[in-house]
Amino acid sequence: MSEIVKVTKIAGTAVPIRGNDIDTDRIIPARYLKEVTFARMGDYPFFDERFDGSGKKKDHPLNDPEYKGASILFVNKNFGCGSSREHAPQALYRFGIQAIVGESFAAIFAGNCTIMGVPTVTVSAKEIERLMKSVEESPRTEYTVNLESKTLSYGNHKIAIDLPETYRNALTTGSWDSTTMLRANLEQVRKTASKLPYMSRFAS
Amino acid sequence: MAGRTLYDKIWESHSVGILPTGQTQLFIGLHLIHEITTAPAFDMLREQGMDVAFPERTFATVDHIVPTDIRSRPFLDSEAEELIQALEKNVKQFGVEFFGLDHQNQGIVHVIGPQLGLTQPGMTLACGDSHTSTHGAFGTLAFGIGTSQVRDVLATQTLAMDKLKVRRISVNGALGTGVYAKDVILNTIRRLGVAGGKGFAYEYGGAVIDKMNMEERMTVCNMSIEGGALVGYVNPDQTTFDYLKGRPYVPTGEAFDRAVAYWKSVASDPDAKYDDVVNYEGKDIEPTVTWGINPGQAVGISEKLPKPEEYSDPDGAKKAYEHMGWQPGAPILGTPINVAFVGSCTNSRMTDLRAAARIAKGRKVKSGIRALVVPGSAEVKKLAEQEGLHEIFKEAGFEWRGAGCSMCLAMNPDKLTGREICASSSNRNFIGRQGSPGGRTLLMSPAMVAAAALNGKVVDVREYH
Repeated sequence: MSEIVKVTKIAGTAVPIRGNDIDTDRIIPARYLKEVTFARMGDYPFFDERFDGSGKKKDHPLNDPEYKGASILFVNKNFGCGSSREHAPQALYRFGIQAIVGESFAAIFAGNCTIMGVPTVTVSAKEIERLMKSVEESPRTEYTVNLESKTLSYGNHKIAIDLPETYRNALTTGSWDSTTMLRANLEQVRKTASKLPYMSRFAS
Repeated sequence: MAGRTLYDKIWESHSVGILPTGQTQLFIGLHLIHEITTAPAFDMLREQGMDVAFPERTFATVDHIVPTDIRSRPFLDSEAEELIQALEKNVKQFGVEFFGLDHQNQGIVHVIGPQLGLTQPGMTLACGDSHTSTHGAFGTLAFGIGTSQVRDVLATQTLAMDKLKVRRISVNGALGTGVYAKDVILNTIRRLGVAGGKGFAYEYGGAVIDKMNMEERMTVCNMSIEGGALVGYVNPDQTTFDYLKGRPYVPTGEAFDRAVAYWKSVASDPDAKYDDVVNYEGKDIEPTVTWGINPGQAVGISEKLPKPEEYSDPDGAKKAYEHMGWQPGAPILGTPINVAFVGSCTNSRMTDLRAAARIAKGRKVKSGIRALVVPGSAEVKKLAEQEGLHEIFKEAGFEWRGAGCSMCLAMNPDKLTGREICASSSNRNFIGRQGSPGGRTLLMSPAMVAAAALNGKVVDVREYH
């Protein structure tokens, strides 16, 4: 069984990726979903926005040496919409992103991040603009996302962050990797299943 | 006590308990898997020495990567071959029923589940694919999940979930001629926004939905996720029961009667309480086409392309214009196309193929246009051929292909190249979605795709009615 890892605090530099409704096809093009493991996903986040057809680097925050080593990603609204591919958060995580701060997240994407132990936390539109400006002006700024106090701090600033309480519990108690927690109740699962008429093909 | 919604009822009957995190442990009645999002999930089971808890409740097929022309093995694409072999190995090792490449039940997961009667009202259903909401057409609580969640379903047949709110969307009155289920859902997303459904399950109803056949309802529910709603459903009714009767995995005789009684019992109560209610009129819907880079950026066929300022996110609209290469104020009518694609889990069933064939019959695809019809399953292909639809398409100049996801997401050899523009009956017009980073997608109904193929440009399908 996997060991319990509590996710309470993520500290590091940040990188901003601007724009609303950034879909998971943009985060990772479908052709990389043909790989049988997630092992190489860290090479691919935003691939077609970072490289042209000949493999030459384009202007993109993830190519910018100023943001190298960032562990926190700043995004706008409805980030991660579209396809349920976990390859998208896997690509960001394996690239080095350990927490994502944004105005809002698409449902499946936020669930995928949480089950991987990557918090997706929200702040207001005004705050995310301020955060993006702060990192664009000073890319070496250190930020700390604290899930216990529900705050994000940098320099002299401390702002409130939000995330669903159940996600916060899962992360801070180390039960985000949910299989063990769910498997502990298998007997109860079988009881619930036995009461559902379709499980016996409506035999009675 | 206020009445309950279908969502409330299924949620309660499938709740195993409350987890220490505060989430609900939800039992999953049916789990569908395919080759793309499952290999790491099986690897995780192996690493942790776990088995599949309810192998009889998981069904597998191949759809995303399968070539739709030359289907012989090994595939020319070695990565695709490796992926299909991984699934073949996993289903064998873990004892999961598999509808492989040459099986009569092969097809897009969201086509074969309903077609086989695996999808039934009053069930929970999960699949590692965001368009799992399709199955909600049956009054099923169905949603897409990621790979780690696929692992959880395999290992426990449950998921850790938070309950959603329910928004009732009533489409009242009737649809005009040449207006299809696809136009209904594109309009719904346009009205409520691509993130408008966040935190909600969508319950679709009203006279327009009531009148739809099951395949049309599937088209509507399919794109719920494009509106940000994880779940979309229609309450089961006689149309649902008639569709299911006699399908391979549906009980027969007295058991069928018991099933219908259960299915009826899960429908939302007449006095059900909703968290939000939206009403609009079917007559206000035109044949609809997306012009931008998300499914909410759509216009009626007689409209001009909107100014960025008309959107709540003008920068997003500007980015869309930048990618698509056209100007605000231009008509969508007459937009040139290079490729026409009828297919995908949204629109690849008999209703869709018949609608497209009706337009194509006796006419010719415009010279220089590449036009594909990709049935959603081997069974749809067979039925369409029995009806002679394939001959209509082929005579008109469409390519008639084998079943799969094909050019919806271009994980097989069917791709756009360069800056090609595709009239597509699929569900996503995201940048790069159809296989070329510079490619452009116009989403529309299958009949509109057929009409565009004949003319080499976007036309109003009502001219053919």
